[in-house]
Amino acid sequence: MTLLKTICAEMLGLFLDDARFAGAILAWLAACWLMLPHLPLAPGLRPALLCVGLAAILIESAHHRAGNRP
Amino acid sequence: MHECTAALAAFVASLVEFAEALTVVLAVGTVRGWRGALGGASLALLVLLALVCLLGPVLTRIRLQAVHLALGSLLLLFGMRWLRKAILRAAGVIPLHDEGALYARQTAALRGALPNGVGWDRLAIATAFKITMVEGIEVVFIVIAIGAGGANLLPASLGAAAALALVVALGLALHRPVAAIPENTLKFCVGILLCAFGTFWVGEGMDMAWPGDDLALLLLIAFYAGASFAAIRLCGSITLGSRA
Repeated sequence: MTLLKTICAEMLGLFLDDARFAGAILAWLAACWLMLPHLPLAPGLRPALLCVGLAAILIESAHHRAGNRP
Repeated sequence: MHECTAALAAFVASLVEFAEALTVVLAVGTVRGWRGALGGASLALLVLLALVCLLGPVLTRIRLQAVHLALGSLLLLFGMRWLRKAILRAAGVIPLHDEGALYARQTAALRGALPNGVGWDRLAIATAFKITMVEGIEVVFIVIAIGAGGANLLPASLGAAAALALVVALGLALHRPVAAIPENTLKFCVGILLCAFGTFWVGEGMDMAWPGDDLALLLLIAFYAGASFAAIRLCGSITLGSRA
């Protein structure tokens, strides 16, 4: 049972070891999914916005972690 | 183009994961005996195979757009977490992964445990099973997520199988952890590939039009590489500043 719990915890940890980071990614994906189709944007601009937002989350999160290292 | 990138991404990602599993299985085999080590690892491989056989057909029954969106989102969560860790390691914020140190820790822990009785060594089986399952599940997820469209499932599986064969061959030949694999560099490259694939699948799931269709993957790889190098520079300057 302990072994199964450990494996399940490790599996969850593959995606969610930093709640702030994972939450930001999911929030941005949800925002893009729900809002982008309704904005008057050129079709090529939508994927660009998706990528720029994700890269910004990545850089900000790494920067935040580097600034808060023990 | 897609097939080659999928096979390469699965091969490199699986190589890193299998090398980590090999380190622990070798430690178990050396300290507690090969019967338990190989028994535990084989049992985990069988469970993983069953998981792939179960999940593969289920995924083909779900609407492709929903599969792209769900697997792309998971791949982004997984890949960006991986890439962030590689960035922090490259910038000197967190220490580099060391297979030699992991091997030393595992052998010390296993030597400290109670000696083996008669029959199967439960500790050896459990340790080898756990590490093979944990690392193997990552491989299964990567293969399924990269092959989300269905067409890439075979090249991604072949890439992972080639990595398994290479790591097993290296383990048999060397009988020690495969420390020569530049794991941190590989993780950095794989993180970029996983983020590129994840973004591409999410875009497909959201019905976005990628400029150049499949060629957009190359643009995404270049984009994430650029963003990662920018992040390394930024984090590196903080690290240098804190040391000064």
